[in-house]
Amino acid sequence: MTEDQKTTLPGLEEERGLVPAILRYLDTRIGLAEFLSILRKKEVPIHRHTIWYYVGGITLFFFVMQLLTGFLLLVYYQPTAPHESVQAIVSQVEFGWLVRSVHSWSANLMVAAAFCHMFSVFFMRAYHHHRDLLWYSGITLLMLAFGLGFTGYALPGDEVAYFATKIGLDVANATPGFGKPIANLLRGGEEITTATYQRLFALHAAVLPVLFMPLLMLHLWLVQRHGSHVPDDVDPQTVRTVPFFPKFFLNELIVWLLCLNLLTVLAAIFPWDHGHAADVLRPAPVGIHPEWYYMAQFQLLKFMPATLFGIPGELVGMGLFSAAAGLWVLVPLFDRGPRRARRVVYGGYAAIVGLLVLTLWGYAGL
Amino acid sequence: MKKDRLSRRDVGKILVGGVAATYAGGLAYPIVRYLSSPPGVEEGGDVNEVTLETPASYAPGSGLLFRFGRKPALLLRRPDGAFVALMATCQHLGCTVRYEQDKDRIFCACHGGVYDSATGRNTGGPPPRPLERLEVDAAGERVVVRRPGAGEAPKG
Repeated sequence: MTEDQKTTLPGLEEERGLVPAILRYLDTRIGLAEFLSILRKKEVPIHRHTIWYYVGGITLFFFVMQLLTGFLLLVYYQPTAPHESVQAIVSQVEFGWLVRSVHSWSANLMVAAAFCHMFSVFFMRAYHHHRDLLWYSGITLLMLAFGLGFTGYALPGDEVAYFATKIGLDVANATPGFGKPIANLLRGGEEITTATYQRLFALHAAVLPVLFMPLLMLHLWLVQRHGSHVPDDVDPQTVRTVPFFPKFFLNELIVWLLCLNLLTVLAAIFPWDHGHAADVLRPAPVGIHPEWYYMAQFQLLKFMPATLFGIPGELVGMGLFSAAAGLWVLVPLFDRGPRRARRVVYGGYAAIVGLLVLTLWGYAGL
Repeated sequence: MKKDRLSRRDVGKILVGGVAATYAGGLAYPIVRYLSSPPGVEEGGDVNEVTLETPASYAPGSGLLFRFGRKPALLLRRPDGAFVALMATCQHLGCTVRYEQDKDRIFCACHGGVYDSATGRNTGGPPPRPLERLEVDAAGERVVVRRPGAGEAPKG
């Protein structure tokens, strides 16, 4: 036996049987032991905030569900006949309603989990100690998820999708400078046509996922590299830890199983609606509104007066929102020293209260 | 001591395995059903008979590809005026064959299969079988092509 045929996997050097043989094969070729040692190296601290460590994994689970159901929908969805093909999926294809419903539910649960993940990271101030790139990559992933949500919301081509897409692109239209060309680029012209669905479909099913995947890999790699952040009120010297692999990973599997159950139950009991085909000659339905994660912006635009200090109202609204979002993204730069730390936490509370008030106000005004 | 009963550990393994198998099956079943039920009807159905209008105008020595249900078929007019109808799907790997008038043969461009134009017999190249023959019924201005053994289809 030459040197490079030896495996470093513990306990597998002499073991007989097919599975150990395959593991030995993989280890000698691609270094399975090195890979596992990276996973094993990470220790997950166990303390009263440990529950928040699961939320990122939950987001990942829903993303994987999006990939799987997305692949299935790709088999039958046709951007040239958006409404008809979705109608066929939910009414003619066996279990098509379920696949479609899981895709819609999982999308919402993914964004919800991503929000929880982001806020938990924010309040534990986990973007310190070289973890700032985790924060930035996470925010970028959330932006891409918003893009996936917006483009995906349009694809069924029903009334709600049509008007939500119209409003969204008109908001982009109103942005000074590059707003109009970008909106026209997304729309493929001045109006929503078949060309629009083709473009949004290309973004939703090809461009955005391809941008998403490597960034997700980077994000996961950074988590493994830097390990879980220990919050300020926990002493890192005395805290108990468990290895990420296999102990914490097995716990995550259980959480994912619970998520799968929740997702299936929601999707089966509350199948996602597929409305009337979009028709330019029908007025916008009463109570039209975007997905809940766009509701705060929507309400901000809605209650702004036509002009404020001589500036168009929607510009003021968008400006305010963009400024707040910019501050939020750059918090790792600002948060230095204990006095600022307290301000950051207050800022976080203000953000949550602001978003909640705007969102609930939006729903109350429907 | 002889082990003649299931240990606690074995029961646990069976339970976990059973739950895992139930989940796997519960996920796989809808996916398989989903993938194997494309919506809509395929273009053209199963047919046993096709009527072609005015092929009498075709000169002897010509060939015409026409649709026989979902599949292509070939109608040839022999130099003596008789009609020959064959399924146009090559028996090798399923390409659509062509009639070559100058060589009076049926040729498949994919892998060079050659068939006799009078009978559909495989005379060269890789095809293992003759082309499927169809019965031809030429009466006046129309030609009726039908699957062998299909007989007269009831009108209506």
